[in-house]
Amino acid sequence: MWVYLLRRLAYAVVLLLAVVSLNFLLIHISPGDPVETIAGSMGGLSEELRAQLRTQYGLDKPFLVQLGVYLVQVLHGNLGHSYYFNLPVSDLILQRVPATLLLVITSVVFAFLIGTLLGTLSARKPNGPLSQTITVIASVGYSAPVFWTGIVLIILFASILPIFPVSDMRSPGAEGWGLASILDVFNHLVLPAFTLAFVQLAQYSRLARASVMDALASDYIRTARAKGLSERRVLYKHALRNGILPVLTMLGMQFGNVLAGAILVETVFNWPGLGRLAFDSVLRRDYPTLLGILLFSSMLVIIMNQLTDLAYRLVDPRIKTS
Amino acid sequence: MPGFKRVCIAALACALAAAAPAGAADAPRRGGTLVMGSTESPRHLNGAVQSGTATALPSTQLFASPLRYDADWKPHPYLAESWEMSQDGKSLTLHLRKNAVFHDGKPVTSEDVAFSIMAIKKNHPFQTMFAPVEKVETPDQYTAVIRMSHAHPAILLALSPALCPILPKHVYGDGQDLKDHPRNSRDVVGSGPFKLKSFTPGQEIVLERFDKYFIPDEPYLDRIVIKINPDATTLMLGLERGDLQLIPLISEPTLLRRAQADKNLVMTDRGYEGIGALSWLAFNTARKPFDDVRVRQAIAHAIDKNFIVKALNAGFAKPSNGPIIDSSPLATPDVKKYPLDLEKAGQLLDEAGFKKNGDGVRMKITVDYMPGSDVQGKNVAEYLRSQLKKIGIDAQGRASADFPTWAKRIASHDFDMTTDIVFNWGDPVIGVHRTYLSSNIRDIIWTNTQSYSNPKVDELLDKAAQENDPARRKALYAEFERIVTTDAPIVYLTVIPYHTLASRKVGGLPVSIWGAMSPLDTTYLK
Repeated sequence: MWVYLLRRLAYAVVLLLAVVSLNFLLIHISPGDPVETIAGSMGGLSEELRAQLRTQYGLDKPFLVQLGVYLVQVLHGNLGHSYYFNLPVSDLILQRVPATLLLVITSVVFAFLIGTLLGTLSARKPNGPLSQTITVIASVGYSAPVFWTGIVLIILFASILPIFPVSDMRSPGAEGWGLASILDVFNHLVLPAFTLAFVQLAQYSRLARASVMDALASDYIRTARAKGLSERRVLYKHALRNGILPVLTMLGMQFGNVLAGAILVETVFNWPGLGRLAFDSVLRRDYPTLLGILLFSSMLVIIMNQLTDLAYRLVDPRIKTS
Repeated sequence: MPGFKRVCIAALACALAAAAPAGAADAPRRGGTLVMGSTESPRHLNGAVQSGTATALPSTQLFASPLRYDADWKPHPYLAESWEMSQDGKSLTLHLRKNAVFHDGKPVTSEDVAFSIMAIKKNHPFQTMFAPVEKVETPDQYTAVIRMSHAHPAILLALSPALCPILPKHVYGDGQDLKDHPRNSRDVVGSGPFKLKSFTPGQEIVLERFDKYFIPDEPYLDRIVIKINPDATTLMLGLERGDLQLIPLISEPTLLRRAQADKNLVMTDRGYEGIGALSWLAFNTARKPFDDVRVRQAIAHAIDKNFIVKALNAGFAKPSNGPIIDSSPLATPDVKKYPLDLEKAGQLLDEAGFKKNGDGVRMKITVDYMPGSDVQGKNVAEYLRSQLKKIGIDAQGRASADFPTWAKRIASHDFDMTTDIVFNWGDPVIGVHRTYLSSNIRDIIWTNTQSYSNPKVDELLDKAAQENDPARRKALYAEFERIVTTDAPIVYLTVIPYHTLASRKVGGLPVSIWGAMSPLDTTYLK
């Protein structure tokens, strides 16, 4: 067991280093460099200052040396300094993590619960009107680009009917964590979380529908019905419990995609999370910040996959014994 | 728009009201929070080592400077209550106020002024501002004498809030590199009307009234919150909903039209004379066929500025004709102009030896454009493409994925011609000379990437930089402008139509030449 765990851990580390190196390469082959961006933000730059910046950031060294320096740094747990903000990358990331986690977790939980519920409901009468309505809504959510959904929601519920805020996570100048602040954040969370959930809804509901339908056709359901259990109990206790396994797999696998979707949603809603920072960092060629975020999100995805494994064991006792 | 005019005049009156009490009807009110929107994210808040509008907005609230300017380019006392230039123009004496203190309670002295000017000279990207400054003497606590190697009239505009924040030496003079100083982002200490409450990079800056500000009873506002959102449309929505009260630096015609139609909003294009943002078309004169002045002039004759002003900018922009922004006291209207004349353009190209081939094409070239604003970049390039086709030039637009991509191409002189937006930054020595001096042909954007070289221009600019007599200085620049517009390394298109949009509830709009990039100590909420 321990050997297995250690092997998995070593595998994860190698994978991470490969991811970091690949990211490093990709970022460095994109045209334009950070000094040019900083010059842009300054309205011009003198030759001396420019040379100074290049030396300070190590951009005057050969690519492989830069990569080596960076990898050694990362292995020491140091993500470096942001070129743009001149602050430690770890500070910038930690400042942004709560916002992204709040957005991503809210949307995933929402999509998972509602999607599974809708899927199960439509599995009962796969060709009934309810099932068909759900299918249509889910396909719209799946096929509409997230930024489009976000903008439409802003127009509808922040401009025409100004119920929710247009953007950001908190009102201007808001501080502290009193009840009013929490409500303020919740109010800001509704539109972006719904936008991000909407695109996932289809996948959960379709998968839940298919696997519950499968389960409903199996022998143990016939047995359950023969025992005279109520239809509700048959559906939620027996069919769903078995049908949910593929949905859980999806939850883990989907996490990386949801993080990617969060970049767009955060950009549309100016949500102060990692995605927004990643997007801005690309435009600024802020290599250390971008690499830090990519590293952090790769780690997050790996952790999520492990958690999914764990969740499997909890839901399905058969896996424990095997 | 009589209402708009009235607001402007009222705002102007308030901006100058430091001396005279304002009328009872428009009496400024104390208190309230002004929420401002900014599309740009400042790297940090210290304008002494970082230029650009993003940092200038908060920096001019946090730090005071020796002088400040009104809407007519006239200097006014700020930290310096008076100043005099020596006969030879080589020394400028500043007499400082005695009641000015920093946010930490320590007095502002000549030591701080000397430290700041030398720090800016060393670290600021605009090296020409204080290049001739040899030292700053401090005969007493409240007198600073700036000694220069030669007369340097640009120094007066260089002492503006946006360019010369006075830093406390006891905080920033601790020997750390000023460009990376931790106090540029945290616990910033200045002597301006507002002090720093919090700065969340890329998100928000919260400023609070400084109660010991050296101008009595000011500032009027209790707080300023600067919300950062790269999307101007979202900021606009916030302004329309009343979440925000003021957005400076908006130039998108669609947003300007929306603001114009909104009864609850006011807008003004004043306050941008200082930065002097020009939109232009630059040629790579080191490359054929743009080394031939006739080709450059022909292209200039093919462009209808009126179309760019009226159609592309919805009438909000003003055409520009020369390297110095029209509203500057140093600009001349007497430059070589290029009215739309396709026939003449064709003749010039014929003379230059570029005859039409069988397909009616004389040459194939590429047009780069600055990404970010479609209105000022892509749309202009598209328009050029269709116009140049009429004179037999096949111009292909070359898109850049983002700003760094474009900047790299231009900086490495890898372009035929490109649209660009370049700021004057007050005095021509700061923002104009860099584009034309042959000594400034460098591999950096916003230098002379046109590779333009004319010894006469070099000589005129060097002279003008050191000419203390305003009339003679203006004459030198007039000649420079005539030569440059004739040589045409650049075709001037428009002044970027920057506007300040605000709620009607805002009084004392920032309309001095530096707009919101100067202290908002007389801005208030009605």
